[in-house]
Amino acid sequence: MSIALLLEQLLNGLQLGVMLFLMAAGLTLIFGVMGLINLAHGSLYMIGAFACAAVAAATGSFWIGLAASLVAAAAAGAIIEVTVIRRLYDRDHLDQVLATFALILIFSEGTRWLFGSFPLYLDIPPLLQGAVPLPGGGQYQLYRLAIIGVGVVVALGLYVLISRTRLGMRIRAGESDREMIAALGVDIRTLYTVVFALGAALAGLAGALVGALQSVQVGMGEPALILAFVVIVIGGIGSIKGALLGAILVGVVDTMGRFLLPKALALMIPAAQAGPIGAALASMLIYIVMALILAFRPSGLFATQS
Amino acid sequence: MAEPILEIRDLRKTFGALKATDGVSLELRPGEIHALIGPNGAGKSTLIHQISGSLRPDSGSIRFLGQDMAGLDMAARARLGLGRSFQISSLAQEFSALRNVMLAVQARQGTSFRFLRPVMSDKSLTEPAMAMLERVGLAGRAHLPAAELSHGERRQLEIAIALALGSKAFLFDEPMAGMGPEGSKALTRFLDGLRHEAPILLVEHDMDAVFALADRISVLVYGRVIATGTVDQIRNDPEVRRAYLGEAA
Amino acid sequence: MTNAPIMTPETIVNVSLALLLLGLPLVAQTMGEPFYITLATRIAILALAAVGLNIALGLGGLVSFGHAAFFGLGGYAAGILATHAFDGVPLFAGIPGTASMPIIWLVAVLVCGMIALPIGAISLRTAGVYFIMITLAFAQMIYYFAVSWPAYGGEDGLSIYVRNEFPGVNTAQPLSYFLICYAVLMLALGLFWLLRGSRFGASLQAARQNATRLSAVGIAPFNIRLVAFAISAMVTGLAGALFADLNKFVSPSMLSWHMSGELIVLIILGGKGRLFGPVAGAMLYVLFEFALGGITERWQFFLGLILLGVVLFARGGLLGLLAGKARHG
Repeated sequence: MSIALLLEQLLNGLQLGVMLFLMAAGLTLIFGVMGLINLAHGSLYMIGAFACAAVAAATGSFWIGLAASLVAAAAAGAIIEVTVIRRLYDRDHLDQVLATFALILIFSEGTRWLFGSFPLYLDIPPLLQGAVPLPGGGQYQLYRLAIIGVGVVVALGLYVLISRTRLGMRIRAGESDREMIAALGVDIRTLYTVVFALGAALAGLAGALVGALQSVQVGMGEPALILAFVVIVIGGIGSIKGALLGAILVGVVDTMGRFLLPKALALMIPAAQAGPIGAALASMLIYIVMALILAFRPSGLFATQS
Repeated sequence: MAEPILEIRDLRKTFGALKATDGVSLELRPGEIHALIGPNGAGKSTLIHQISGSLRPDSGSIRFLGQDMAGLDMAARARLGLGRSFQISSLAQEFSALRNVMLAVQARQGTSFRFLRPVMSDKSLTEPAMAMLERVGLAGRAHLPAAELSHGERRQLEIAIALALGSKAFLFDEPMAGMGPEGSKALTRFLDGLRHEAPILLVEHDMDAVFALADRISVLVYGRVIATGTVDQIRNDPEVRRAYLGEAA
Repeated sequence: MTNAPIMTPETIVNVSLALLLLGLPLVAQTMGEPFYITLATRIAILALAAVGLNIALGLGGLVSFGHAAFFGLGGYAAGILATHAFDGVPLFAGIPGTASMPIIWLVAVLVCGMIALPIGAISLRTAGVYFIMITLAFAQMIYYFAVSWPAYGGEDGLSIYVRNEFPGVNTAQPLSYFLICYAVLMLALGLFWLLRGSRFGASLQAARQNATRLSAVGIAPFNIRLVAFAISAMVTGLAGALFADLNKFVSPSMLSWHMSGELIVLIILGGKGRLFGPVAGAMLYVLFEFALGGITERWQFFLGLILLGVVLFARGGLLGLLAGKARHG
């Protein structure tokens, strides 16, 4: 095992973490501000991927596709917020789970209706094709590095948005006291729609970016959604900082576990068994990490609520 | 003097810069009603939470029947015999008044891990529960869901639950709040008799009730007990008059 | 205590549902339509799984979004034991597999109980939305383990070549197998009814309504909930074992998050916390699937719309519609 290979896997972990952060940031923001658990967040991710793939195929430009993914996911988010989600803020979590579960069924089957059952494929844009050399003699895909870059930019952008802008101030106020913010004359309904659409756009962005790395298909959102849940549970629901650190932790632990566990086991037991056992254990690793963290900190690492 | 039932020593609790409980010491002796009064924000609720176990003090000790309560959660303290009523009544809303009290009866019996026998036909639960409802004057409302009881009736129900637990001390947090004058009077008479069963730590804003009932009064201001004494001592305490009664007058 | 009439509207609805579910396969048998017997068996088994979840969710208010884990574990218990019995290869340490349903059920129930305890112990330290996500995550953990563990088929699943045996019954006959499942369902409903009325059930329901109140009388909500979670998992696991035998097949899809969601949907369609809610919900669900599935390939789209309508506008579920509001003694 070379240093270059290890570094490559570490970067892969970071890239997965960034993708999870884009998902988790929206989820945790929506929960923090509106108190809503949104299972359909994975559908917004899928919508972003499909919009990007379809528009890129039609126009020949990944970049137009990327813009389309943001618009489509934000629009879908705004539409479901106004028609459905808004009615759920005062309901218990069970109703929220069920209604957004229903939205998943609708979005998944609806997408199959529109695009058929075969996956779409999205090419990496020419600008980002190729690889960059890694120290130690390896090479790393430029596109994946770019995803990591996007994650850094989004994290910084969210930080500035929330701590420095009027919108961010309202979001923070909305987290702590809904009545207060309404009393201040802020239109809370519009604020909620904007926050929801923002979260949706981030999920759509994640879907579009990942779409060029894997096939774009119905059902792609749910594994990402569930990992994002693990991320925000670890990070503490409502905390963007927790989402960022949790996402990187989950991304790196998952990727490195899959890479290293079979190898580590091979030192102890025959390689033929070490492979599958290692893979099976690695697939459970992040959940074990989550359980350990929760055993000591039941509300996550950076819980905002007492 | 008899050994105190409940003994609080130098209790401290801060929230950030706020000293909610600032070195409180307090005793509840057998047979007495000890009233805890103080202006809003004095830290009465915080103190009650620490005694009942829903909030952990930063330092200091709480001893109940000679036993240190540190590390015991609310349920464990209740099992030892600390019965309480809540400032905002806290009941199983869908259950009838009777079932709320039956829950206390089964808790006292320690039989919550019985899975088969129906409770509603179990006289070892219904009869003692009904007796408690009769004592507080709620027997006629026994089969109404707690959610449908009036504000005052819910207070009475909470007291019936504390009675059913066979509590060795009562912690009543503003039991008169929201009651009409008639209700307050009836409850005052009731509590007056109850002190012989178990001592009561009474947090109350209704000064008529406090002066009528209390054997001793402690005055809490900004997290500190500024005076403890009989009704007359408290009435004439200059610091109390300035800090508290003066404010009210 | 209350002078309730013996036949409340809910009792009448319940008895009708029980008779309807029993009648459907009997009629199908006389008409020579075994497909409908399988459909009814599916309803009975899904209802059983949901009865299990209803203990945690309906009585205890514990929104477990991971009960597919127990459904699937029960299924794998049946599949693995049957495979070893079929191949004649001992399970481990010389312990043979078995094709006997009672033993398989016992193993399924015990395995689920043993796994539910640690999962519950960690998940129940949290509440609300955390609990939902954590139970989901634990179920995913088991799902991914099943997918990546190659010994029992991994992603492809595991076939049961011959339906397992029950003493004195020819289980290969669809009607006989239905009757077994129906009997188990009725027993589970009996268990649910007893639990709900018992001291334990009183504590569990009080924990849902007001956990602080339960603590204040000296009953620790955690212990009550943990036991309820384990019992709930055991019943759902038993349903999983029956489901594996019905399909003669187990796969990770039984463990999937989608399955967990379906189980919750069954309860809500029928009526949360109601004795026959899961039965009504399973009937509705399977009939939707069958009726809509006959009309359009995209039946899940319409199921989604219907479910959305139920959540937003018809909160009591089918039993709420038919029998009015739930009542407590």
